[in-house]
Amino acid sequence: MMSMLRLVMILILALVLGACARATKPGDEDPSAGPGATDPSMRPVPDSGIETMPLDRDGRLGMDPLSDPDSPLANRIIYFEFDRSDIKAEYEEVIIAHGRYLADNPNARLRAEGHTDERGTREYNLGLGERRAQSVQRMLMLQGARAEQIQVVSYGEEMPVAYGRDEESWAQNRRVELVYDREGM
Amino acid sequence: MAYMTRTIRNLLLLVCCLLPLGAQAALEIRITQGVEGALPIAVVPFGWEGPGQGAPEEVGAIMQANLHRSGQFSPMEVARMPQRPVRGPDVDFRVWREAGMDYVVIGRVQPTGTDRFNVQFQLFDTVRGRQVTGYSIPASRAQLRRAAHMASDIIYEQILGVRGAFSTRVAYVSVTREGGEQRFALQVADADGHNPRAIFRSRQPILSPTWSPDGRRLAYVSFENRTSQIFIQDVDGGGRERVASNPGINSAPAWSPDGRQMAMTLSRDGQPDIYVMDLGDRTVRRVTNSRSIDTEPEWSADGRTLLFTSDRSGAPQIYEQSLSGGQARRISFEGRYNGNATLSPDGRLVAMVNGEGGRFRIAVLDRQNRQFRLLTDGRLDEAPSFAPNGGMIIYATAGRGGQGELAAVSVDGRVRQSLVLQEGEVREPAWSPFLD
Repeated sequence: MMSMLRLVMILILALVLGACARATKPGDEDPSAGPGATDPSMRPVPDSGIETMPLDRDGRLGMDPLSDPDSPLANRIIYFEFDRSDIKAEYEEVIIAHGRYLADNPNARLRAEGHTDERGTREYNLGLGERRAQSVQRMLMLQGARAEQIQVVSYGEEMPVAYGRDEESWAQNRRVELVYDREGM
Repeated sequence: MAYMTRTIRNLLLLVCCLLPLGAQAALEIRITQGVEGALPIAVVPFGWEGPGQGAPEEVGAIMQANLHRSGQFSPMEVARMPQRPVRGPDVDFRVWREAGMDYVVIGRVQPTGTDRFNVQFQLFDTVRGRQVTGYSIPASRAQLRRAAHMASDIIYEQILGVRGAFSTRVAYVSVTREGGEQRFALQVADADGHNPRAIFRSRQPILSPTWSPDGRRLAYVSFENRTSQIFIQDVDGGGRERVASNPGINSAPAWSPDGRQMAMTLSRDGQPDIYVMDLGDRTVRRVTNSRSIDTEPEWSADGRTLLFTSDRSGAPQIYEQSLSGGQARRISFEGRYNGNATLSPDGRLVAMVNGEGGRFRIAVLDRQNRQFRLLTDGRLDEAPSFAPNGGMIIYATAGRGGQGELAAVSVDGRVRQSLVLQEGEVREPAWSPFLD
């Protein structure tokens, strides 16, 4: 009885999380494009006193590390310095984890979406966003990911997550987002 | 003589061409910097020779605003006018001379049938005491603003010897936010901001609109397929086609002067380089090949060279590349960051975005005397685009509230104005060529 109740709670939490994920997912508003991607803003469930475990899309417990909020794979955003595209040391572990995951799951596919802040011309920033995404792509491939698993896309400065005109906002916008395609979802 | 034929063609065009145009202005234009040294002119409110309150459009007021916006004229306030003549014989040259006005424009609007009007205007030289020019322009109600723009063009050219750009259009991208989502629209409006019309809408970014040399089509970049691709769309019709959708970046379209080729930025071979596409057979030829970001191509008027932005020296600067080969030559040296070069119609001036000390402003480089001048004083000014007569540059800037606005500055820097959208942002302005 208890375990039944617990399973129901977990399912509800998973659904809530899933709904949040859909509502806040950047870069995927076009319904015709298919809800392929995973929400980069996914966070652990707030402490509710109940132990939570990730469910995969078939409702199986703990099968998909991509859905595990405690896995390094839950981190999907890599931030950059102004006008730079080199990977900062603090993000290497995250990228290595994703690279290994791709190597271990040859059917997995992701988009590396490069972004910049608003300073500089829009067209140049498209180039800069691509350069950032390519830096991440290279590091993923060093871990054994294959080129065809990674699609590099640059949005330049066109898809900010923060709209302020200050360094705090700009720092949040200089990023590469890793967006997994999960077929059939 | 060429002027006369063009004027007649203009009038014919106005008669033939019926566009459904709303009267609502979405862009409000504020002149933000004065006009010292501009020519004094009086545009007397036009008479209305029909029943009721007055003409459907204040033709004289539209013309006055046009001349003021150009920066070349300083129109007299209506309240200060010594007389308000509507017909030629009533113009008292002496009182206008005493008021300091070298030129006086008068006119009237006559109804000639159901939804048909004649706009008549006359330009007088008060010093010589004679009429300089005068025309009658037939128009429907929806064409009255265009008639006012044509009359402004004629006056501008008669007095300054330079063609007016009041009958042209401006394309730009508008952005509104609904919830957490951005909504993008590619808009085309009259050069004074009136009659805006969205020709394409998307929930994904739109950027870099650019006019075909004949003014009938726009090329632009759309992310509607979740990556950058180049599209060409008819401005007044339904036609739309995708011309570049390679893996990686497809962006920065630029029509060749003859309209047969398009320069663009593609990263299909590893990093952004400049390519030229033959729009007939769609074959693509690579122009630059460097490990840097090469982008923002701009054609010279003779179609033989391209200007472009490259960070091959470590930071973005403007380079020039002959299409017949050879080394690219750097042409910008002032400031850490220069990008988005755009050439004046006579090819003498290069406008660009200049970054220095954390500020991005519009600058102009004179290619004859190598003089470099900052024209604007914003913090995030970008996307300069010349009026087809070379007199003004329209650009994007961050308004006081932080949202994107358009602004225009005369090429001598004397007059500045902001064009504010009532809601949301405006960016990426592109001034059309002459439309006849």
